[in-house]
Amino acid sequence: MPIEAVRQITGPPGEIDVSRGVILYVESVSVEFDGFKAIDDLSLSIEDGSLHCIIGPNGAGKTTLLDIITGKTKPDTGEVYLGQNIKLTELSESEIARIGVGRKFQKPTVFENHTLFENLELALHCDKGLLESLFWKLTPARRGRIDEVLEIIGLTGEAARPAGLLSHGQKQWLEIGMLLMQAPRVLLLDEPAAGMTPHEIEHSVELLKSLAGQHTVVVIEHDMDFVHAIASRVTVLHEGKVLAEGDMDFVRANPKVVEVYLGESHA
Amino acid sequence: MAQNSTTLLTPAAWTAFGIAATVLVLVVPVLNLALPATSALHVPDYMIALMGKFLCYAMVALAIDLIWGFTGILSLGHGMFFALGGYAMGMYLMREIAGEGVYRSQLPDFMVFLDWKELPWYWHGFEHFWFAMLMVILAPGVFALVFGFFAFRSRIKGVYFSIITQAMTYAAMLLFFRNNTGFGGNNGLTDFKHILGFSLLESRTKVGLYAASALALAGTFLLCRFVTASKLGRVLTAIRDAESRVMFSGYDPLRYKLFVWTLSAVLCGIAGALYVPQVGIINPSEMHPGNSIEMAIWAAVGGRGTLVGPIIGAWLVNGAKSVFTVAFPDLWLYFLGAIFIATTLFLPDGVVGLGRLLSCRKKGRNRDRS
Repeated sequence: MPIEAVRQITGPPGEIDVSRGVILYVESVSVEFDGFKAIDDLSLSIEDGSLHCIIGPNGAGKTTLLDIITGKTKPDTGEVYLGQNIKLTELSESEIARIGVGRKFQKPTVFENHTLFENLELALHCDKGLLESLFWKLTPARRGRIDEVLEIIGLTGEAARPAGLLSHGQKQWLEIGMLLMQAPRVLLLDEPAAGMTPHEIEHSVELLKSLAGQHTVVVIEHDMDFVHAIASRVTVLHEGKVLAEGDMDFVRANPKVVEVYLGESHA
Repeated sequence: MAQNSTTLLTPAAWTAFGIAATVLVLVVPVLNLALPATSALHVPDYMIALMGKFLCYAMVALAIDLIWGFTGILSLGHGMFFALGGYAMGMYLMREIAGEGVYRSQLPDFMVFLDWKELPWYWHGFEHFWFAMLMVILAPGVFALVFGFFAFRSRIKGVYFSIITQAMTYAAMLLFFRNNTGFGGNNGLTDFKHILGFSLLESRTKVGLYAASALALAGTFLLCRFVTASKLGRVLTAIRDAESRVMFSGYDPLRYKLFVWTLSAVLCGIAGALYVPQVGIINPSEMHPGNSIEMAIWAAVGGRGTLVGPIIGAWLVNGAKSVFTVAFPDLWLYFLGAIFIATTLFLPDGVVGLGRLLSCRKKGRNRDRS
C-alpha cells in the first residue's frame, strides 16, 4: 500500500491548537431521548495522532457519541472541543466537516447514482460554497488527487461505474476514500470492518495504522480481533458512561468489562 | 446521462438544440406571417396561441425538473409562482391601459367597480414595464427564498414538504380570491389591450410574444443544463440520494436547496409573465392545487432528471388535454390520472426512459445480427 501517497494527499491540517497533545475533548456531555439517558455525564479525551477504539454493548451510546461530535445531535449539557480552541458544539454538521472532522457511517453511505470518480470529486477538500461549485473546474491537480485515492482504495478500474453497483465492502472502502479526500484531521469510523471479507479486513487494519500519527483515528467496532489489531487505546462505554479505558489487554482483564461486555459476547 | 458529462452540450446535442430552436423561434413565425392563409404550410393564429402557451408550460416543467428531478424535492405549489409572475405582468398590462377602460378611469376597472378612490400602494410602479419585469423575478423569488429558508432550515422533507407547498398555493389562492386583496378578486386581471404600445389583437404582437416565449424556453434550457452539468448539479443530485453524506462532506444543503428552489420559482414566474399576455387573463384559479399537480405530472410523464423529458412531457400532456377536452370533456381528468399512474408504474423515467429502452434493445438486436 502506498502509505506515503496517503500522507501527501490528505494535506496539511487546519489551525487547530493541539499544544497539549489532545485533539478532541468531550466534557461532561449528557443527552436524553424521551427520558432515556443515551449519554450520561460522559467525559473523554483523545490524543492527537492516536488510534483510539470505542467499544461497548449495544445501546451503550457509541453512535450517539459520534452524532454529538459531528454536530448531528446537540447535547443537553456539556461541550465538545477540537483541540484547545474550537468549540464543536456551536457548529453545524457541514462546518464541523470542513474544519477537519470526517465521519464514516455505520451503514456505508455513498452517492449511488454518481460514479466512483464523482463521489471522490464531491468529497475533495476545497471551498464548498455555491458559486465555487457552480464554476468548479477539474484541474489536473484535482484529478491527480482523485486518481491517487482511487488507487489507495484499490478501485481504480471501477472509477467510471456508478457507486450503487459496488459490493458492500467496496462501498465501505469508497466511503473511507471520500473521507481521505476531505483531508480530515480526525477520522471517526463507525464499524469500518462490518461486512468485509477477512482479506479486506487485513487491508483495513493496514490502512488505519498508516493513517494514525498524521491523523487521529477514532473507531467504533464490535469485532474484538479487529480492535486488538489496530488500537493503541480502548475506551469501553456502558449505559452512556465510560466504564474503563486503557490498552486492549488492560481493558480485557478488567472484571467490570468482562461482566458487561466481553462476558456477554463470550458466553 | 446528463449528469455524467461536464460539457454544456455534446456536438450532436448542440445540432439538435439548434434545429429545434430555429424551427420554434424562426420557422413557425415565418410560416404564420409570410404565407397566405390558404397555403397548406400556413400556421394558423390559433396554433401560434396554443404553441405559445405550451412553450410557457414547458418552462414550468423545466423548473420543476430542477427541483424535483435533480434535487428530489417535490413541489406541489409551483402554480403559485407561475401566477405571481403572471399577476406582475397583468398589473403592468392593467396600468398600461389607464384611462382606456370601460369607466375611462385612471384606475383599473375592478377598482372603480369596488368604488376605490385611489391606487393601493403596492400598485405603484407597475406603469413602468421595467419595474413590472423586476417584480416578475422578485415576487416569486423573494417569496420562495423566505418560504424555502424556513422550510429547509426546519429540515422539512419528502411528502411533508409537498403537502406544505400545496397548502401554500391554496392559501394564496384564497387570498387572491378576496376583492379586498386588490388583485381583482375571482375575476382576476383581464381586458388587456396593448403591451409596450403594441396591440395584443394584432397577429404580429401575438407572434412576437410567441417568439419571446420560444427564446425564453431555449435560454431556460441552456441555463438548467449549465447548472445541472456543473459540480453544483452533482451536489444537488447527491442531496437527493444521500443528504447526510453531503453534509458530512462539508456542504451546507440548506444553501444548495434554497438556491435551486428559488431559481426554480423565478423561472416559473417568468413563464407566467409570458403566459398572461398570450391568454389575456390571470385569475386566482391558476393557483388551484390541481394546476400545480398537473405541472408535476408533465415532468413525470416526460422523464425526471433529463431536462429534455419534461419539455416533451409538457407538450404531450397539454396536447392530449387540448384534444380530450374538446372530444370528451368529462373524461379528461380520468385520462390524466391514468397517464400518471401508468407512468409511475411502468415508465419511472418517463417518455425519455422509454426512448432509451427502445434504442438499447435495437442496438442489442443489431449486435445479435452481426
